[in-house]
Amino acid sequence: MGQLLRTSFARELETLQTDTLMLGSMVTQALRESVDALRRRDMETARRLISEDQVINKKRFEIEADCLRLIATQQPMARDLRLIAAVLEISTELERIGDYAKGIGRIILLIGPEALIKPLVDIPRMCEIATDMLNQALDAFIKQDLEAAHAIPLRDDEVDALYNQVHRDLIAMILEDPTLIDRTNYLLWAAHNLERAADRVTNICERIIFTVTGEFMEFDMN
Amino acid sequence: MTIAIERPTQAQIGSSGASANGNGRYAIEADAMSVFYGDFCAVREVRMKVPTNKITAIIGPSGCGKSTVLRCFNRMNDLIAGARIEGEVLFQGHNIYDAEVDPVEVRRRIGMVFQKANPFPKSIYENVAWGTRINGFRGDMDEMVERALRSAALWEEVKDKLQQSALGLSGGQQQRLCIARAIAVEPEIILMDEPASALDPIATLRIEDLMKELSEKYTIIVVTHNMQQAARISDFTAFFSVDDNRSGHLIEFDDTEKVFTNPGQKSTEDYITGRFG
Repeated sequence: MGQLLRTSFARELETLQTDTLMLGSMVTQALRESVDALRRRDMETARRLISEDQVINKKRFEIEADCLRLIATQQPMARDLRLIAAVLEISTELERIGDYAKGIGRIILLIGPEALIKPLVDIPRMCEIATDMLNQALDAFIKQDLEAAHAIPLRDDEVDALYNQVHRDLIAMILEDPTLIDRTNYLLWAAHNLERAADRVTNICERIIFTVTGEFMEFDMN
Repeated sequence: MTIAIERPTQAQIGSSGASANGNGRYAIEADAMSVFYGDFCAVREVRMKVPTNKITAIIGPSGCGKSTVLRCFNRMNDLIAGARIEGEVLFQGHNIYDAEVDPVEVRRRIGMVFQKANPFPKSIYENVAWGTRINGFRGDMDEMVERALRSAALWEEVKDKLQQSALGLSGGQQQRLCIARAIAVEPEIILMDEPASALDPIATLRIEDLMKELSEKYTIIVVTHNMQQAARISDFTAFFSVDDNRSGHLIEFDDTEKVFTNPGQKSTEDYITGRFG
């Protein structure tokens, strides 16, 4: 892209991208901490994650307000307009991923400090892949990297496969011992949150593609 | 032969026709049209088809030939010494630059509204009546004046002072009077050269609203420096730029929505987003 003649607008667009990156980093951190706290049944971290979700929500509203202000005051066109439209969507997706971290915090409080019904293997792996995808997507967003935006969603299949594995394991445990139904359900919810988080990274990639090409496209989640 | 351009017959409108724009889809068409002022090529090889009953905006940086192109569409460049046209401008299948075509008739069929409102120093009524009178209008003049003023969204504001001087109207009203004057002679195309650039925001929005209404009946081609205005009002946008020889040329012609959200050409994108390089 050429150099923007409106330097203050150029600066504001950069700030918008940086703020989106910051929101993404807050969300990544929250998701990682939530699964780590689940593994350790760390009630204190769980309570902090629930409360800190407000900070994520506030950041998202600030980004939304900045987008609306830029639309109203700068009348952005073409790629600039698409970038701002994409930031509106991406910040919403990130905020929802933040909600999943908060949800896992609540699940931890429901489970309580007692031992988990099974050692956590697949759920941390799901978290690892989902947060890795998220980091790559944020990088692709800053670099406007079309190739990466197409490649990242392919990893959603790995997360889905792990979710199906967790699902099968937990159902087998319920069948074996129906009294475990509540505690297996909690873990299933946590896994489901991570599976949805990866789906939302895919949505973010769709928005990056829109920013670069102007084309709306949807990855086939099946 | 004084009038070579004839109104299209029903047969022409409904058929594919031999001509490029004789079928009614396109109101006017520039085919390899170049404009020279002496030796200087001001506009180079423009090819564009302007759809009927739509608003087409012409945008581009200063000096890209926007107004020159607009003036070509009703032979206003004939009035500039040293101006020369190559290529064709087809209106209903006829090249309006053919030797037998009467430029006065061209300008009646293809009217023009200028940047600065230029009412005659006469009454409001006479401003509207004048053009039709010299064209030999024999009908009910009062009724015609009212119809034109209503079409230009001015009637309610001036109906009680039709005999007062047009120069007493506000800038926005004067511009709408000029639009009434242009449509009084029942043109098919209205060319507008920065019609709202001298007006305040409210008067500008009234003109823009009026253009939308008029486009149901007329084809409008508007030159504007205001990209937001082009994006708001037009159905199609033509982006012109200048080459190294300072000649204007058409870069992109497409749906306005496409041009302003996802233009096909990098130079269009750079221009509308305010970039260079």
